[in-house]
Amino acid sequence: MARLTIETVTKDFGSFKALDRVSLDAADGEFIAVLGPSGCGKTTLLRLIAGFDEVASGTIRIGETVVSSPAGHVATELRRVGIVFQNYALWPHMTVAENVGYSLRVAGVATAERNRRVEEALMLVDLGGFGDRRPANLSGGQRQRVALARCLVAAPSLVLLDEPLANLDVHLRAAMEDEFAAFHRRTGNTMIYITHDQAEAMALADRIAVMDHGRLLQLATPSELFREPANAMVASFIGHGMVLPLTDILPEGDGRARARLFGRELTLRCARDQRAARQGDLCVRAGDLTLAGADGDGLACRVTRVVYRGGLFRLEAVVEAEGGPTLSLDVPEPTSVAVGDAVTIAVKPGRGWAIPTAGGRDAS
Amino acid sequence: MNLVANTSGRRQDRALFAALCVVVALLSLMPLARLLLEAFAPGGVPSLKAFFATLGSANTWTATRNSLETAIGGTAIAVILGSVVALVVALTDMRGRNAFVLCFVLPLMIAPQVTALAWLQVVGPASPLLKLLGLAPPIGTRNPLYSREGIILLLGIQYAPLVFLTLRAGLRSLPRELIEAARAAGASRAFILRTVILPLMTPGLVAGTALAFVSSIGNFGIPAFLGIPGRYVVLPTLIYQRLSGLGPSVLSEVAVLSMLIGVIAMAGIILQDVMVRRRDFRITTTSIAARPFTLGRWRLPVEAGLWAVALIVLVLPMAGLFLTSLVPAYGVPLNATTATLNNYTFVLLEHAAAKRAFANSFSLSASAAVVIMLVSVPLGYFLVWRRSPLLRALNVLVELPYALPGVVLAIAAILIFLKPLPILGVSLYGTVWIILFAYLARFLVLGLRPAISGYHQVDRALEEAAQVAGAGLVYRLRTVIFPLVAPAATAGALLVFLTAFNELTVSALLWSSGSETLGVIVFSFEQGGDSNYAAAVAVLTVLVTLALMLTTLALSKRIPPGVLPWRD
Repeated sequence: MARLTIETVTKDFGSFKALDRVSLDAADGEFIAVLGPSGCGKTTLLRLIAGFDEVASGTIRIGETVVSSPAGHVATELRRVGIVFQNYALWPHMTVAENVGYSLRVAGVATAERNRRVEEALMLVDLGGFGDRRPANLSGGQRQRVALARCLVAAPSLVLLDEPLANLDVHLRAAMEDEFAAFHRRTGNTMIYITHDQAEAMALADRIAVMDHGRLLQLATPSELFREPANAMVASFIGHGMVLPLTDILPEGDGRARARLFGRELTLRCARDQRAARQGDLCVRAGDLTLAGADGDGLACRVTRVVYRGGLFRLEAVVEAEGGPTLSLDVPEPTSVAVGDAVTIAVKPGRGWAIPTAGGRDAS
Repeated sequence: MNLVANTSGRRQDRALFAALCVVVALLSLMPLARLLLEAFAPGGVPSLKAFFATLGSANTWTATRNSLETAIGGTAIAVILGSVVALVVALTDMRGRNAFVLCFVLPLMIAPQVTALAWLQVVGPASPLLKLLGLAPPIGTRNPLYSREGIILLLGIQYAPLVFLTLRAGLRSLPRELIEAARAAGASRAFILRTVILPLMTPGLVAGTALAFVSSIGNFGIPAFLGIPGRYVVLPTLIYQRLSGLGPSVLSEVAVLSMLIGVIAMAGIILQDVMVRRRDFRITTTSIAARPFTLGRWRLPVEAGLWAVALIVLVLPMAGLFLTSLVPAYGVPLNATTATLNNYTFVLLEHAAAKRAFANSFSLSASAAVVIMLVSVPLGYFLVWRRSPLLRALNVLVELPYALPGVVLAIAAILIFLKPLPILGVSLYGTVWIILFAYLARFLVLGLRPAISGYHQVDRALEEAAQVAGAGLVYRLRTVIFPLVAPAATAGALLVFLTAFNELTVSALLWSSGSETLGVIVFSFEQGGDSNYAAAVAVLTVLVTLALMLTTLALSKRIPPGVLPWRD
């Protein structure tokens, strides 16, 4: 068990920057999910931590030991990390017990001791007595558990999980999510969990690192990430947030502010250190918007699409202003709103979030 | 903050990598470099005398013209026969596909000299087959195959399977939708064939043509058996005659000649590359392979026609060979009372050189197969999974000794080993070791390619999982990597064994008394007029080949598709 420290790590493949000055710090025993679309650099990050690839600059430390830096590279074999691979990577020519006991065999552990520890690890993942089977004769969920047991038996300092649920069907995913949470509780291991699935990351992780185009965009708890995205990319990626242009942002202290959206004043949440700004971005989600009635205070919009979602309708409407964006909101059944109708849409008071402004936009 | 120093794991990596580089350089780079040196600096002294003397000789140009004539003619027959058969097999609903493919591809696995011997026995004046039918020409009549046309015909039959295999590989990846789209547009079968299938098959067809041409130009067995008696000399047989007649004094001259063959072969390969690059042949979708054409009432006639082809290219010559091996003496008519197994007992038990040849060929082929497998597995590992740029270059080098005709490598091996080895002071020239060296260099790529396709089928995460568990490279190779690529590597080793076992081109130039191979024995029996003994040895080699091929079919589920040419 150890903490993991990643400091300004950069990795490029030719002219392509796969990772750009990524820093990340996982406390001992913490469960961190690395979340991002495919090609964002999350798998590269995992391969660097595991030692399969070498960093171009920056350092990676496991515990107090520098394992990767431009000055040197500790081979994977010596890092004592455990990995659960996306497709499990169970050796088809070995039995379940041989798979699980491989790292002990490498380390030269005596047979009796090895058998005992293998059986123990298999019991922990509810596969007691499966030792003599071949991986080919197991179900997807059982293979996943063998992979977990194989990882567990080596008592690794750090566990890396590479999209471990991507190959399972929906029902099994929920069950395996519980399994991973229990695994984490039992072992107290530091875990780095790579995924592109937000729901998975939110359900499991203490903190989530959101990545895109090789950069770390935000590292925060799931709720922080959802409620207080640090930038427009995170805002739109997490929970399908809408990013709208704000003007005249005026903080009122205590994380509250007033601002204007297409000329209409509204109240919203903001960072405690938010300063007054002439321009900025608002993050809202479908649930933060409501139909205001014809004479109510809000944005004049025209409905472009109505989709039935079982019990409610998802409305899409374009703001009737120059370059007006498309808003989505849910209205309960029944409703008479149809495509082409004019509606007024309001942001519920205090529900929007002023995305912290980057230096350039700051007016004061 | 302490930095763990570079570890034993990486040192192991580097040592293995360096060793592999050395092996490939010795087997692939050294022979070609030595050959170039001899052509332009005979005996180490820069001189273009031998170069111009050889290129100025009328014999050289006669042999070159003959080589081109037979190679182009043979390639034409191979392309027509191979592509027609491939189209029918891959696109129609014929029955008995697997059995037919095995029969049609088999001539490729039979040594060219055995093919030549068999055909000579079928149509010659002593032909037991024709005698049984009462059709044999009178004894003393010249065998019609002792001619340019004979060589062309047999080269065509020998290499039609090469064209068939490359074209069929392409046809298999042809998506059904492309043909169905053409059908939906109202096109007839002939129109689809002309406008969709054949244009998309151009790369396979061109590759097959180039392969057949390069193989024909380098072929020694067929022109040696048919051309030498008919005084029709091609480049490989010219080299053989000069070297066996005059000995090492003509080495510079034959070095130039073998380079000439090499240049012609390379020209064929480059032409293929240029032709395929001119257009975009990439196929965008993948789905189940198409077998879109139902034959209907033509099914039976087409099947009969195909089996007639199989009969002519396989059954007829093999029957002729077998019958000849039962004949007690040249020209004696074969019947129930004259048939004898004496030829077999003679070559297996009495003739000393023949007995040695069996032992030599078995041990040479087996050693080559084992060594090549042991080199191919780690080499494939670095090539496929490590993608080192240095090894990429070496990979191209590995291909060269096989892409170039066998005589080229044989001459290079003589040049390297004629003088005793430096430091050790031992001479390999005139021993079996020089043949083993040549086999390793020439057939390395045959073992390496299947190993590479094996690696492409294995998920690298399986190795990485072992790495995570703390296993070093050698330990991983032994416990995880080797077991996973073993089926493919074994198939490669078998290909090496079969090819080496049936080989003549290299050993014809490298053998000496005591290191005869089976190819050499068949050749010298035939040259000495002992066709019956030659046939007996040839039948035995065919049986061994066939037995090994059938064994692999039993294992074929574990071998990646496309590795074994005789498997549908």
